[in-house]
Amino acid sequence: MGKSGEVNVLDERKQFILFKNDGGCSGNGIKCDSDSVSGAVSQRACVYCGARVVLNPITDAYHIVHGPIGCSSYTWDIRGSLSSDSDLYRNSFCTDLRETDVIFGGEKKLIAAIDELATKQEAKLIFVYATCIVGVIGDDVEAVCKNMSKKHGIRVIPVKSPGFSGNKSTGYKMACNAIMQLLLPYRIEQKIEGVNILGDFNLAGEMWIIKNYLDKIGVNVVSTFTGDANYKNMLEAPKATLNIVQCAGSSVYLANRMEEEFSIPFIKVSFFGVEDTSSSLVRIAEALKNEEAKKKAIAFSNEESLKLEGFLDRYRKNLRGKKVAIYVGGGFKAISLIKQFNFMGMKTVVVGTQTGKKDDYEIIEQLASEDAVILDDANPAELETFIKEKGADILVGGVKERPLAYKLGIAFCDHNHERKHALAGFEGVDNFTREINQSINNPMWQYIKENKTLECGKECSL
Amino acid sequence: MLNYTPKEMVEREALVINPCKTCQPVGALYAALGVHGCLPHSHGSQGCVAFHRMYLTRHFKDPIQASSSSFTEGASVFGGGSNLKTAVKNIFDLYDPDIVAVHTTCLSETIGDDLNALLIDITPTLSEGKYIVHANTPSYFGSHIHGFFNMVNGFMKYLSVSTGTSNGKLALFPGWLNPGDYRELKRLMTQMNVPFIMLPDTDGTVDTPTTGEYTMYEKGGTTIEEIKSLGDCKSSLGIGLTISAPSVGFLDKKCKVKGDTIPYPIGIDATDAFILKLQEFSAEEVPASVENQRGHLVDMMVDTHQYTYEKKVAIYGDPDFVIGMMALCLELGMIPKYCITGTPSLTFEQEGKSLLEKYGVKEECKVQAATQLNTTTDLFLLHQWIKNDAVDLLIGGTHGKHIARAEDIPLVRAGFDVIDRYCHSYFPVVGYEGAMRMVEKITNALMDYQDSHCEEKDVEMVM
Repeated sequence: MGKSGEVNVLDERKQFILFKNDGGCSGNGIKCDSDSVSGAVSQRACVYCGARVVLNPITDAYHIVHGPIGCSSYTWDIRGSLSSDSDLYRNSFCTDLRETDVIFGGEKKLIAAIDELATKQEAKLIFVYATCIVGVIGDDVEAVCKNMSKKHGIRVIPVKSPGFSGNKSTGYKMACNAIMQLLLPYRIEQKIEGVNILGDFNLAGEMWIIKNYLDKIGVNVVSTFTGDANYKNMLEAPKATLNIVQCAGSSVYLANRMEEEFSIPFIKVSFFGVEDTSSSLVRIAEALKNEEAKKKAIAFSNEESLKLEGFLDRYRKNLRGKKVAIYVGGGFKAISLIKQFNFMGMKTVVVGTQTGKKDDYEIIEQLASEDAVILDDANPAELETFIKEKGADILVGGVKERPLAYKLGIAFCDHNHERKHALAGFEGVDNFTREINQSINNPMWQYIKENKTLECGKECSL
Repeated sequence: MLNYTPKEMVEREALVINPCKTCQPVGALYAALGVHGCLPHSHGSQGCVAFHRMYLTRHFKDPIQASSSSFTEGASVFGGGSNLKTAVKNIFDLYDPDIVAVHTTCLSETIGDDLNALLIDITPTLSEGKYIVHANTPSYFGSHIHGFFNMVNGFMKYLSVSTGTSNGKLALFPGWLNPGDYRELKRLMTQMNVPFIMLPDTDGTVDTPTTGEYTMYEKGGTTIEEIKSLGDCKSSLGIGLTISAPSVGFLDKKCKVKGDTIPYPIGIDATDAFILKLQEFSAEEVPASVENQRGHLVDMMVDTHQYTYEKKVAIYGDPDFVIGMMALCLELGMIPKYCITGTPSLTFEQEGKSLLEKYGVKEECKVQAATQLNTTTDLFLLHQWIKNDAVDLLIGGTHGKHIARAEDIPLVRAGFDVIDRYCHSYFPVVGYEGAMRMVEKITNALMDYQDSHCEEKDVEMVM
C-alpha cells in the first residue's frame, strides 16, 4: 500500500497511526492514551467534557458549573440521555465567574449560588464542576462543598475537572470519583442479588432496552450509572452482586473502585450487535451463577436473532462490500461496530478512536479488514486523507465528523450523542442497519457524484 | 416534563440558569472564520476549541476547523508560550493557512500569558506572506459578542494601515450574522453601487456548496489584502450598536477613517436607514429593484396585518439581533412584551425603550440586558416572566424550545444558535428580503397555532 497519507500527517502524529498490512503488528503497536499535539485540529475534548458527559445523565441532580459561562452553555442539554422522571439535568446552572471573581476569588459566588439553590429549589444532590481557572484563582471547591453539605444537610459533591489536567479519559475518572464520593457513606453488607449497569447513558432510551432484556431473563437491576439514574436509586448500588460495564472507556475505573470498596465483581459487556448482545446476556447469567437465567438468555437471544435474520438478509444485498470508516470515542465501541459491519458484509477500512487503550487497538487490528488504517486521536486532515485513500462509503462518528463526511460526498451515521434511534440490543441492530442503509443508499448522493463527472468531462452520462 | 421552572419569582445574583449567551472565545473563532485562508487558533485547553467547533457545527451543519494550544498541567503553571510556538509551527507545516488568528481563553488570560510579546517572537519565524494576529478574549468578561468584535479589531490592529491614498470604499462591519445575511448585505451594497470591504464575511466559508471535494480554506472570506486596505477606506459603517460600534471606533482611532453605527437592518425602518446610508455614500438614486423589494415587503405586511396586530412576543438572544426583531415586530403591530439578552450591553435597554416610545406602546414591556456584574438575565428568568404573564409567540434560538413546549407557545427560530433545524443559515433576516422571510415565518407560526388549537367548528379553509 502506498502511504500517500504521510504527506498530510505531522511527524509527531505518525506513531499514533498504524497501517495494518504494514507490519505494524510486529512493532510496538500504536501510541495512544497521550496528550493531543499542540496545533493539531484534534477532534478530542477535555477533562471537564469527559466528567460532564458521564455525570450529566443523573436526572435529579443539579449540575453547577463553577467557572465562566462557556463550559456551561456548551454542555446544556446536548446529550440525548433520556429520563423516566426528573428533567433537572436538562437545565444549565453556572456561577458565570466574572473579572472581579477572577481577581478576588470565586468561592463567595459559589457559596451564594449553592445557597440560592438549596434554599429556594429544594436541592438534594449538587455536583460542582471545577473548570480551568478555578484552581488557578485559588478557590478551594472541596472545602466549599463540604461546608455547604453540612450547612444545608444535602450532598454537594465536587468534580475536579479543570480542562488542562489531562484528557477526556481523566474526566471520566474524575466523574467516577465523584460517584464514589457519593456512594462511600452507604457501604452496606447486606446484598441483594442483582446487577448495576455501568457505562450506559440511556441515549435514545438504550438503558431501558437493556433493563427490559435483563428483566426478561430474570436478572434484577439494582442501579444504573448513569443513564436514567437518580439520587435515591444510585445509593442502592453497593448492595448489588455484580457490575456490568457497557462503555468500558468511561466506567471500568468506576467498576474497579466499586470492586475495591464494596467487593462487587464486574464483567465488561456490549449490547451493540446480535453477537455481542447475545453473548453479553449469557455471560451476565453465568457471572451470577444463575442457570435459570442462562437458559432464558440463550432462548431469548436465539429467538431475537432468528427474528432479525430475514431482516438482515434483506439489507445485506444493499450493503455487501461497502467500505466503512469509524471514528468514535472509546475503543470498545469501535470493536462492537467492526463486528456489526462484518456481520452486514461490510469492510471496515479506517478505524479511529479518541480515547482507545492499547488492548482495544490490538483487538481492532485483528477485526478490521486486512488493509485497514488505525488512528488514535485523529484530526480532520488525517480522517479526510484516509477516507479518500481507502474509498470509504460511509463514516460512523459524532457531531464534528458529520459535515466532513457530507462534504466528501459519503454517507454518515451518528453513533454518538446525536444518535437518532436506539442502537443497542436487537432493536438497535434493526435501527442501525436501517440507518446505515438509508444514508448509504440515498439517491441524493448521485448529485455529488454527477457533479464530479461533469467537472472532469469524461464519464458524464448526461 | 420540561416544565420545571417555578412560577414564583426568585431573587438570584450568583447563579445563572439557562444562559442567553456564551463565552468570548467562540465569538473570536466565528469572526476568524470570516477571513479568507484563516485558521482560528484557541490558546487554552483542548476542550475549549472542541466545544466551539461543536457549537458552530451544530448551527451551520458545516465542518468548522480550528486548532488549539492544548494546554497541559505544565502549561498552566509555566505559561503556554512554548505550546503556542509548537502549535504555530505544526499549523503551518500541516494545514498551511495564510493567516492564523489566535484568541485567548479564561485559562491563558488568568495565568497571564502575554500574547503581544509571544507574537513578537513568533512573527519573524513565519514564511513570507504568512501572518499571525491575536485578540484577548477572556471568557469572564462580556460574552461571545465581545469576543467577536475583539477579534475583528485584532485583525485591524495587526493588518490595517493607512497609506494616505483613499481606495474610495466603504468599510462595513456587519456584526455577527449568518452567511445568508452577509450575502444579502453584499447584494444590497452592489445594487446601490457602493464599493465596499466587509469584515468579516462567512459567506462561502461556513455554507460551502457540496461538490464531493473538501478544502480547508474555502473561496469565501475577507482577504488579508482587503483587511490591510480597510485603513484606506473613505468612511466606515457599523451595523449593530453593541457589536459594531467598537470596530468603527477602532478603525477611526488607528487609521482616521470616520464612521457611523446604525442598528441591524432588520425590519423596514432599519433597512431604510441602511439604504439611506449607502445612498449617502454613493450619491446615486435607489434602483427600482430595491424599491420593488420594499414594495413587496409592504404588500406582505398589509396582507398579514390582521394576524399579527397586538400579538405579544418574547424575544431573546444577542443584543443587536433582539433590537432588530423588536423593531420588526413593532412594525407588524405586535407587542414586544419581553426582550432579553445575556450579553452585557450599555445601549440595549435604551434602544429598546426608544422603540417602545416610538410606537407608543401602552402595555408594560420588559427590556433587560445582563450587566458585567449581574448576569442572571437568562432564559430561566424569561420563563418565569412568561409563567406569570404569557405571550403569544417566542422569537430566538433553539434553547427557547423548552419554554415553548412547557407553555405551548409557538417558537420562530432565528438568531444564534439554532441547532435543531436545518437550512436556516443560508437565508437572511436582514434587508427587505430578510423582513419578508420573517413576516412569513411569524405569520405562519401564529396561523399554524390557530389551526391546531382552535375548536373544530372554527377551523377555516380560507384564511
